Amino acid sequence: MKATIITMLLTAIICMVYSCQSEDQIEYMRYYTAGQDLYKTKCQNCHGAQGEGLAALIPPLTDSIYLKANSNKLACYVQNGLQLPILVKGKAFNGQMPPAGLSPIEIAQVLTYVKNSFGNNMGLYNVEKANQDLINCN
Amino acid sequence: MKFTLLSACALLLWSSCSFNDKINAVLPIYGSREPVTKTVNGKQVTDTVYQTIPDFEFVNQYGKTINRKSLDGSIYVADFFFTSCPSICPIMHRNMLKVYETFKNAANVKILSHSIDPNHDSVPVLKNYADKLGVTGDTWWFLQGKKESTYKLAESYLVAVQEDSKAAGGFVHSGYFILIDKQKRIRGTYDGTKPEDADKLIADIKTLQNEPQSMIAQ
Repeated sequence: MKATIITMLLTAIICMVYSCQSEDQIEYMRYYTAGQDLYKTKCQNCHGAQGEGLAALIPPLTDSIYLKANSNKLACYVQNGLQLPILVKGKAFNGQMPPAGLSPIEIAQVLTYVKNSFGNNMGLYNVEKANQDLINCN
Repeated sequence: MKFTLLSACALLLWSSCSFNDKINAVLPIYGSREPVTKTVNGKQVTDTVYQTIPDFEFVNQYGKTINRKSLDGSIYVADFFFTSCPSICPIMHRNMLKVYETFKNAANVKILSHSIDPNHDSVPVLKNYADKLGVTGDTWWFLQGKKESTYKLAESYLVAVQEDSKAAGGFVHSGYFILIDKQKRIRGTYDGTKPEDADKLIADIKTLQNEPQSMIAQ
């Protein structure tokens, strides 16, 4: 009897955890696919279909170490553009990136896509995080 | 016996295919044309005169003057861009890089990228751009000159270029690559924003390189 109850409880807990996870998964996929479309129209011309960039003119998006280290600055870069020289994959880039003209939710979507494509694996970047990061833009 | 027959058939099929390839391999000549009748050795001969690219004079990324004569004996590809272009230029030059990598050691192939924003794209700016693309030597020239002459030249390449304060970056231009043969005739146009068009361009340049001299003599 006791064993049955424990088993039932355990099953219930497993089910709850599992359904929670899949909801996260659905949210992540929603961000990712919307971000993929935005990437194609707003970023791909310069950064390339594989995030490969262009020679020493346009930085690639494949440097996971750079993306992790600058994770909370990326939203500002997308919103306001970037003029500072940056060091990506050991190479200096000092061109200008124009502002992308995206809303905070779109920034979160496109960054979720970038952070989980081209060999990057950084998980969901939701609009709450984007809003937090955007407050701290210079 | 059966085997011999089969292989003979296969050979026949294969050779007929390659024969067709050769027929398709002649590139069309674009632009307006007019018949010209002249008298040669007392006989009336009618010949077709094709539209050719008019003379121009620009400065390349090394500060050297480049004109129509600089391209004598060369097949070349032309496009129009500006270094601060936020829209289609990066993708065009990502594709053009493939063309450059294929022909950078060929003496008779050149690439001409005309800046449509000469006020910003000075010679040092163009040199810097070329350096960053990894372009060296004299295969790929980045040219600047008077705005009006660049825009007028674009017309003879059948390409539209114009200033527009509403467009991203301040200019609208089509992203076409134009292929010009040794007689300065237009032989192909390619959408510079499509990787597959760049592959077609590379194939067509090879076709032009192999074009027999008798066809070249006009």
